[in-house]
Amino acid sequence: MKALAARRHHRLAPLVLLLLALLVTGGLYAALAPSPATAASTPTADDVATGEKLFQASCATCHGLNAQGTQDAPSLIGVGAASVDFQVSTGRMPMQANGPQVIAKPPQFAEEETRQLAAYVASLGPGPAIPTDEMVDPSKGDPANGMALFRTNCAMCHNAVGAGGALSKGKYAPDLRETSPVAIYEAMQTGPQSMPVFNDATLTPEEKRDIIAYVDEQRAGSPGGAQLGALGPVSEGLWVWVLGMGLLIGCAVWIGAKSS
Amino acid sequence: MSTHNHPTDVTVTGATDGVPAVFTDPGIPHHRDRQSDLHPAAEKRAERQVTLLFGLSVLGTIGFLVAYFTVPPGETVASMRLSNLLLGLGLFLAMFAIGIAAVHWAKSLMNAHEKAEDRHELRSSDTTRTAAVEMLREGTEDSSIGRRGVLKGAMVSALALAPLSVAVPLIGEVGEDWDVSKFKSTMWRKGTRLAIDPSGRPIRAADVTIGSVVHVIPENLSEAEHPLDEKAKAVVLLVRLDPRDLKEAEDRKGWSYEGIVAYSKICTHVGCPVSLYEQQTHHLLCPCHQSTFDVADGAKVVFGPANRPLPQLPIEVDDEGYLVAQSDFTEPIGPSYWERLR
Repeated sequence: MKALAARRHHRLAPLVLLLLALLVTGGLYAALAPSPATAASTPTADDVATGEKLFQASCATCHGLNAQGTQDAPSLIGVGAASVDFQVSTGRMPMQANGPQVIAKPPQFAEEETRQLAAYVASLGPGPAIPTDEMVDPSKGDPANGMALFRTNCAMCHNAVGAGGALSKGKYAPDLRETSPVAIYEAMQTGPQSMPVFNDATLTPEEKRDIIAYVDEQRAGSPGGAQLGALGPVSEGLWVWVLGMGLLIGCAVWIGAKSS
Repeated sequence: MSTHNHPTDVTVTGATDGVPAVFTDPGIPHHRDRQSDLHPAAEKRAERQVTLLFGLSVLGTIGFLVAYFTVPPGETVASMRLSNLLLGLGLFLAMFAIGIAAVHWAKSLMNAHEKAEDRHELRSSDTTRTAAVEMLREGTEDSSIGRRGVLKGAMVSALALAPLSVAVPLIGEVGEDWDVSKFKSTMWRKGTRLAIDPSGRPIRAADVTIGSVVHVIPENLSEAEHPLDEKAKAVVLLVRLDPRDLKEAEDRKGWSYEGIVAYSKICTHVGCPVSLYEQQTHHLLCPCHQSTFDVADGAKVVFGPANRPLPQLPIEVDDEGYLVAQSDFTEPIGPSYWERLR
């Protein structure tokens, strides 16, 4: 204590004190603060009120003051929290520009704000809710069954391994290997843009999780090596013709040339 | 131009202005010594290169074996990739290095003197030719084929019929069976429930929300004798549109239910499964040749090589609320064939 007392007038003492105080405050906050809200938690009235303000500031120009829709944008009454979470958390909404398709970009709202927006829109009319972590956990799904379902329902647009593909007039099905499991679930549930709806009767929640498990397995890539865009014979054929035939022609020329 | 005449010179007959009368054979090009012929050091270097290449091949083989025993493919994609990469590299080095070493050896170390070897004459000598003709003539005379007519007829028939033992089974099995009438119908009957592919759960009309797409098989598909053959014909795409968006022909008013329509999934162009449905435009795309059908308007062709709308499956709802077929398709599904409308 003597040593401590002797140094209390040291010029660094205030700094040490400040650091200590910060540490204590931070530690107390970590110990006492409520755990971060999960997707399944029920939104409070506060969330809805904040969400409404956010909505009026950022979304009402197109979707109408009461989300009833305008000429430019659809009504959001009854689309559910899942739809809002998908569109906002993938950055598709707010929309950047008119075009054939609304494209994904870095999200414009924080997670908390997205949750509040979703809570507000969900309060307008019943619709699909945001799935819980358990519902989208790839490790709990059956990838084999997921593959059968994916082949029947998804592969025609999103490619056999989920690499995405072209639709008509500049529209396209996005790459699923970069899409989060929650977003995949919500997209099936709500059918954003060109994508049709796969509700819980068409694909049960367990089947949706199987599909997510299958897509998750594709993220690791192909055991055969470089996927070349997973386009199949087109890119692989080009590679073989250019590189393989090039090597063969090179060898033939070298064998035929005289040694110097 | 050289003055002496060579047997391989080309003489031009009827030469006109500007064309020389004789093209002389330039012969074998002038011999040029290689570095390895002139300098012993270069020869040594080439020898070292060849040795090194063979050494590389040895290393490749050793690498392959080491990888084979120490890097098993395992269970994960990453370990399979590593195993494939190492085995492939080892094999490539082992084989390719032997090849280029051998060629390099021949090109730089073996002698480089140009040689010409004339072809032997193709025509046989006159004696051989006369002898051969004589042998044939003797054989014909000996068999007396000119006099024994019956024998000749029997031989020709036997030779003509023999290929049938190969041809009949080969051609007969090309199409398994030649009954084209089965292309005209599918296994949809009045009252057959529509079920979800692949789980086989029947579909309640109330469960199909607007904007939904369901890939459909007949509920009793698994009871069919050849389920895959039947599935190939019977697959259906079920879509629910907002009834306000739906344009229906007068005679097909009763074929849909509250905006739920069902169309054959087999393209009328060459039979690919048409299944890229764009929810907002109600367009259905075929992935093979981009034929586009407008589901809101009788699946009429709006783009691409298909020539006919997709056949529609008339549906209704049974007492328990499940979707059922009213009948089979009213026209043959899939691409055209000769007997299609006969």
